[in-house]
Amino acid sequence: MKLKLRWLGLSQAIHPAGNKHTANQSIVPLTGFKEVSIPLDMQVGPGCKPTVSKGDHVNIGDKIGEPLGPWSVPVHASISGKVTKIEKQILSDGEKAEYVTIESDGKNTVSETLEPPVITDKESFLKAVRDAGLVGLGGAAFPTHVKLNPPPNKTVDTLIVNAAECEPYITTDHRIALDYADDVIYGALITAHWCGIDTVIIGTEDNKPDAARSLEEAAKRAKKGECNVYWPKNGITVKMLPTSYPTGAEKVLICLLMNRVVPEGGLPADVGVIVQNITTLCVLAQSLKTGMPLVKKAITLDGGAVKEPGNYEVPIGAPICDVIECAGGTVSEPAKIIMGGPMMGVAVDDIARPILKNNNAILIFDEKEAKLPKESACISCGRCLRACPMRLQPMKLDKAARAINPNELEELHVMNCIECGSCTYVCPAKRYLVQNIRNGKAYVRAEAQAAKENAKKGDSN
Amino acid sequence: MLHVSASPHIRDNATTQRIMLHVIIALMPTIIASGFIFGYRAPLLFVISAAACAGFEALSRIAMKREQTVGDLSSIVTGLLLAASLPVETPIWIVLIGAFMAVVFVKQMFGGLGSNFANPAVTARIILSVSFAGPLSKFSALPRFAATVTPGIAFKQVATSGADLVSSATPLGVLNNVTPETQVPSTMDLFLGKHPGCIGEVCILALLIGGVYLLITGIIDIWAPLAYIGSTVAFVAQLGQDPVVHLLSGALVLAAFFMVTDYVTTPATIVGKITFGVGAGILTGLLRIFSAMPEGVSYAILLMNILTPHIERWTAPITLGARKKTRKHQS
Ligand code: SF4
Ligand code: SF4
Repeated sequence: MKLKLRWLGLSQAIHPAGNKHTANQSIVPLTGFKEVSIPLDMQVGPGCKPTVSKGDHVNIGDKIGEPLGPWSVPVHASISGKVTKIEKQILSDGEKAEYVTIESDGKNTVSETLEPPVITDKESFLKAVRDAGLVGLGGAAFPTHVKLNPPPNKTVDTLIVNAAECEPYITTDHRIALDYADDVIYGALITAHWCGIDTVIIGTEDNKPDAARSLEEAAKRAKKGECNVYWPKNGITVKMLPTSYPTGAEKVLICLLMNRVVPEGGLPADVGVIVQNITTLCVLAQSLKTGMPLVKKAITLDGGAVKEPGNYEVPIGAPICDVIECAGGTVSEPAKIIMGGPMMGVAVDDIARPILKNNNAILIFDEKEAKLPKESACISCGRCLRACPMRLQPMKLDKAARAINPNELEELHVMNCIECGSCTYVCPAKRYLVQNIRNGKAYVRAEAQAAKENAKKGDSN
Repeated sequence: MLHVSASPHIRDNATTQRIMLHVIIALMPTIIASGFIFGYRAPLLFVISAAACAGFEALSRIAMKREQTVGDLSSIVTGLLLAASLPVETPIWIVLIGAFMAVVFVKQMFGGLGSNFANPAVTARIILSVSFAGPLSKFSALPRFAATVTPGIAFKQVATSGADLVSSATPLGVLNNVTPETQVPSTMDLFLGKHPGCIGEVCILALLIGGVYLLITGIIDIWAPLAYIGSTVAFVAQLGQDPVVHLLSGALVLAAFFMVTDYVTTPATIVGKITFGVGAGILTGLLRIFSAMPEGVSYAILLMNILTPHIERWTAPITLGARKKTRKHQS
């Protein structure tokens, strides 16, 4: 099959080595962190302002950050102890954000004020989702309550549960599907219920048939009434997709599962779909049941420098270096630290960076893995073009971006790039395509901004 | 010190060098076959041409004070393809001139690998054929299979192809000038390469082995060769010529697998590849039948190379969910 596709040059995806070494390892909670520093900006859109001050005592689940805007979600304390610092620092992606540093009292006391939210309608459901501090945990960090509430002129008929987990190394979604399938199904059903959705589709890849089976069984149990929630009209279907990258990218997933194409610059809601990551739904369900907001995150710790690769549950804000220490340390000097998967994750500059809400992996590469090849001239082989899931022309985008040509970039639909990295991955000339395409997007945005300002000036004159 | 770089943080193991190495391997059957058919001088020409191209590449990069690129092996591929399209008796100084033209003029002066608009080997072959028509149209009888070849073909070829430039492959010359004493070799002889011609063009079997190797390793896909061969054969058949002879002689098969599939100078999209193949096929047929020269492959490819940027523009893929441009950018 693969061979045939290659002869025909047809496959619009790539097949990096899965490296899912940790798939057999259940999520183990790590404790004993002396200090966490929690950024108040861990999401798409504006973050939070602190609600605590230096010297305050907080328990797990206490709110420490108050939303700044309608898109913001609150931030909660992930350990109990004393607030020692509130200060501005630079986030790993270069943005500035406020951090709340909490020194542990070693007791891990849970806040007493937490209780399951009372949900009576869509509004109270969305409020509960927001109060839980939920953002897209697949990596996007898009506020969940915004995603679940598309503009009223769009009718949504399908909820897609994203369990594809196509990034190499990461296995947390896989573990969630195996160990917390009931929570996932509950989260999906209750979301479908309050959002008025009749069809739920779970999309996974055929490299994890056990995950699909586990979810199917949980769905069967739910249908029998064991979890006592509304059953959508068209039920829940689990669909297996061929393992390739980037199956889990929202637009790609919608296209593969439903053959619907999200228009350029549009949202899944434009084609009647809401996509939720499986872990997001799991945390949502748990938080609705207990009232405990998102304060811990399951991550896959892997990479050549890690001594004991595995899946761990860590408090949000825990410094990466402490997490590594807690999980057994390293076997060699860390040469590169990646937050997230190797295809789309961010390389951090400081080993003391905190774990974020949307982190699903920490990869510690050794010197050999960290070494990237040198760039050479494009040989027009077309591999990037064939790899691009959005059917863009990465080599042309790369050229136009290097030439800083916003018009050309726009003609080539640069904004439709999902920055999946497939093009850079396959390029035999090892060109830094995505990096330049990202710059290209910035040029187009700047140009649009300038045009807008010009228009404004024109109006006022 | 932590490494920091933009995502992705892993890379496929394909490299330019590896791709070129695959192409070189794919040419090995042809080089070996040329030794059997023409004697030791044919492989020698391949080696000399490849070495000369690599040498010129290295020297020109040094002269231009640019990063050394000879390691990407692309100049070796150019050298082998250039030699493939020369007759076995080509004087070595002509080979050297060809290598110089290909690497320095066609490739490096345009900025090196990836920036050349035309295929260096094909263009150098054309330049040579225009400059040295005499020495390059001498196809002597084969030393090993002399008995199986009608000498008349070879000599007829030379006699009738005064206007024939470099790439004349003998049976085509015959087809164009059928007289009672000329005779086309049998299909089997054509397939195995037992007839006069350029050293890398005659043995179709060896070329096919190389082509299949390139397909299996994913270096090329089937579209351009299929479109090229298919359209040439269909075109000449339409005009009443023997398609099998056209298919099995001249540079057609060599070009189909090694030149029409050149990354740099042909379109990257599937539709583009088919367009290129069909265009080159029709041009080849036209030139073979209606021009003064019996062979049209190199000119057809060069012409299509020139059209490639336009083909790419016409056949650009449409991005997923593309919106029609509603608001035109004003600036
Ligand atoms: S990063 Fe962008 S251009 Fe590159 S393959 Fe992904 S979507 Fe296409
Ligand atoms: S994959 Fe790299 S070398 Fe090939 S066309 Fe794209 S940018 Fe050029």
